[in-house]
Amino acid sequence: MAEPVMLKVEGASKRFGGLQALDSVGLSVAKGQIYGLIGPNGAGKTTFFNVTTGLYVPDAGRFELQGRAYEPRAVHEVARAGIARTFQNIRLFGEMTALENVMVGRHLRTHTGLMGAVLRLPQAKREEREIAERARALLDYVGIGRFADYRARTLSYGDQRRLEIARALATDPVLLALDEPAAGMNATEKQQLRILIERIRQDGRTILLIEHDVKLVMGLCDRVTVLDYGRELAVGAPAEIQSDARVIEAYLGTAAAH
Amino acid sequence: MGESGQGLGREGRLITGGFAFAMDVFLQQIINGLVLGSMYALVALGYTMVYGIISLINFAHGEVLMVGALTAWSVISMMREAMPGAPGWVILLLSTLIACVVAAVLNVTIERVAYRPLRSSPRLAPLITAIGMSILLQTLAMVIWKPNPKPFPTLLPSAPFHIGGAVITPTQVMILSVTAVCLALLLWLVHSTRLGRAMRATAENPSVAALMGVRPDTVISATFIIGAVLAAIAGVMWASNYGTAQHSMGFLPGLKAFTAAVFGGIGNLAGAVVGGVLLGLIESIGSGYLGALTGGVLGSHYADIFAFIVLILVLTLRPSGLLGERVADRA
Amino acid sequence: MNVVSSNATRTPEWLKWLVLVIGAAILPLILQQFGNAWVRIADMALLYVLLAIGLNIIVGYAGLLDLGYVAFFAVGAYLFALLASPHLTETFPAIAAAFPGGLHLTIWVALPLAAAVAALFGILLGAPTLRLRGDYLAIVTLGFGEIIRVFLNNLDHPINLTNGPRGLGQIDAIQIFGWKLSRRLEIGDFEIAGVTLVYWLLLVLVVAAIIISHRLAESRIGRAWMAIREDEIAAKAMGINTRNLKLLAFAAGASFGGVSGVVFAGFQGFISPESFSLMESIMIVAMIVLGGLGHLPGVVLGAVLLAALPEVLRYVAGPLQQLTGGRLDAAILRQLLIALAMIVVMLLRPRGLWPQPEHGRSAGRG
Repeated sequence: MAEPVMLKVEGASKRFGGLQALDSVGLSVAKGQIYGLIGPNGAGKTTFFNVTTGLYVPDAGRFELQGRAYEPRAVHEVARAGIARTFQNIRLFGEMTALENVMVGRHLRTHTGLMGAVLRLPQAKREEREIAERARALLDYVGIGRFADYRARTLSYGDQRRLEIARALATDPVLLALDEPAAGMNATEKQQLRILIERIRQDGRTILLIEHDVKLVMGLCDRVTVLDYGRELAVGAPAEIQSDARVIEAYLGTAAAH
Repeated sequence: MGESGQGLGREGRLITGGFAFAMDVFLQQIINGLVLGSMYALVALGYTMVYGIISLINFAHGEVLMVGALTAWSVISMMREAMPGAPGWVILLLSTLIACVVAAVLNVTIERVAYRPLRSSPRLAPLITAIGMSILLQTLAMVIWKPNPKPFPTLLPSAPFHIGGAVITPTQVMILSVTAVCLALLLWLVHSTRLGRAMRATAENPSVAALMGVRPDTVISATFIIGAVLAAIAGVMWASNYGTAQHSMGFLPGLKAFTAAVFGGIGNLAGAVVGGVLLGLIESIGSGYLGALTGGVLGSHYADIFAFIVLILVLTLRPSGLLGERVADRA
Repeated sequence: MNVVSSNATRTPEWLKWLVLVIGAAILPLILQQFGNAWVRIADMALLYVLLAIGLNIIVGYAGLLDLGYVAFFAVGAYLFALLASPHLTETFPAIAAAFPGGLHLTIWVALPLAAAVAALFGILLGAPTLRLRGDYLAIVTLGFGEIIRVFLNNLDHPINLTNGPRGLGQIDAIQIFGWKLSRRLEIGDFEIAGVTLVYWLLLVLVVAAIIISHRLAESRIGRAWMAIREDEIAAKAMGINTRNLKLLAFAAGASFGGVSGVVFAGFQGFISPESFSLMESIMIVAMIVLGGLGHLPGVVLGAVLLAALPEVLRYVAGPLQQLTGGRLDAAILRQLLIALAMIVVMLLRPRGLWPQPEHGRSAGRG
């Protein structure tokens, strides 16, 4: 009883000048899975994300979401199709409040236009209320409900990462792509993050995850792809990966250190 | 004269239909274009260097050109009175040197007063102070030097050289050669000196450069000084070439030079030179031929917007400018 | 049981606004007593407020640095001037034949028409800028402003569309319900100058502009604009079609410019390309930055100060002129003061005189 495939990528390649950042990389994420993408620095993980979400135009590759092929050309179209992402360097709307950040996430699934806004039609007012309610609910869901009216850039690092996740969830994605969500977090925060991600999966979403923290990945992911120098090094369940000689060599023993 | 239709008529004129293409006229436009382009290049360099280091459009840069020109004018007037027998090139050289000093002091002061305090402020704040500085300088110049245009004397011998039917004056030769020398010196400075390395490092990554012991304030002041010297020289050239100097002379050339720097690729020195020279050529050739080409519909009074039209065209095809860096957005 | 009514201590928001509007409405009647010239100054100030509110949508909300905004002002002005003056009928016999009574576009059509045409220009001029970085966008918009001005100045041959540097005159005065706003209105013993009537028209437009702008800021569209301003890539990643929204910002902002242009043309009776220079665009940018970018009250304040103050100074410059022995005339003084204001205000308050109150609370960082 195999789960349907949520995201399927085959042969994704991207070159920057003399550097082959991605060399025919592919993976297949099943619905409801938590899929990990790991590898040393510069392995091409974020490049893969960028290519899959349309931030970079790939030189080659076939991309399918929920069985339908898509061209990763326009970032907002990919979001519309159902992939929501967070960023390695956190890209929040700093001067807007946490609530407003999440409300922006609802833009995609709402419709009030210029006329509705200016005339304050009852439909528009209702939609505004719904957007705000939904946003508050999401802030509570990720655990930062009390910071709703705080300017985003004044939040702590860990809270900012959670805010980014809440904002991504607001777009009602079918696939949530998280780029190093645990970076800069301490052990407690990582534990909370792990619980949150599990909860997101239990609530029916599929998650693709880039992470450096090997322990977190091993404990959380159902399946893992390891990248090295832009190429697939190994694919499989965490346990298999952990004992793969090539993987250990690629990390040069740093796996044990974590 | 008399041959119509295709073919080379007498005097080397290529006559096609009603539009006569004369080699000597074309050559003249090229020469004029190169002279104009040289001046634009010098000013464009100042803009691009400052932008490369502190990401600021120094709106007051055109006014530095103006102050350089008017200062030189004042010095020349004084010297001619005090030393009537002095050779023209000596007066020109001395007045330019003094103009450079004054311009450098002015530019550094502007940076200290109007830009430095706002380094960590919202991006638009220094733009407004820059614009305010530009207006202030123009107004002060109007008060100090009075609003009427000043005749700028031709200090070099005026007998022109003839090249293939076209004419080039010694002043214009001076402009071209001085520009070449300045570019060579700048190239040497940027690539072979410690200061040049510091400037390049700060332009790429100010915090790391600081960690390496580069003092950003020193580098920034040096950049403003160099830019001012180039602008002052361009100002003297401009006044010499057109025979006049006035408080309002800096605004338009400054704007155009900045436009040239942008479509050459802002922050890129070669781009500023390419952009400046290209703009000079386009303006010269365009004003010369546009009227004839469009049957009088568009004429040379559109010359002032050539810069912008070129800018829009270039940026539509290459959003970072001709030689600009393609900045890959790292997510 | 001691229940104190909570309404007793708090002035409701709408009441404050009402007082403000009534105060603004009475102002010209007071100024009238000192001379029509003062009311004219107030008229110009309101015109600039309208322009500033429009530009604030583009620069303040969407973060697009537009240095060529005056182009939209010009579009509106020339639209009205061409459709409400003798120029076209005198220049083109075909048009004179089609409109034997002359071209006299009514203000009720001119205003929405100008808004629409200006919005269209906003999209046309904004479209090439979509992929450009901030400062490049600024210089391209500046270029567009200049291109439009040069065309207006030179489209008097081969066909005389704009009458070039000579400008267009004999523009119809604005007529509201049959009353020309250039004529005095007499109610019993009380006389209301034409300029005051224009003031009230402008006040209505300004109030409408403020309401529209405020509602836009607090809406889904406004949030999307601000998201684009803060981080365009993140905005795209959230599914926002940044291209369309940027064009929408240009269009919306431009429409205010078009409307102002119509009133300007009808008010002055004469326009020429000189009124639509680069300096005007820069002044409007300065108004919104000095006042408080993105914050409506600040924007209004900045516009009023930079528009009215120099004019007011013109009158008090007399003594200063005498002090300096006549070398500093009023025009020079004005320029000096504007320049100094721009520099000093920015140095002291880089976020503007009345910026957005620190939005949201601070959780301690930054």
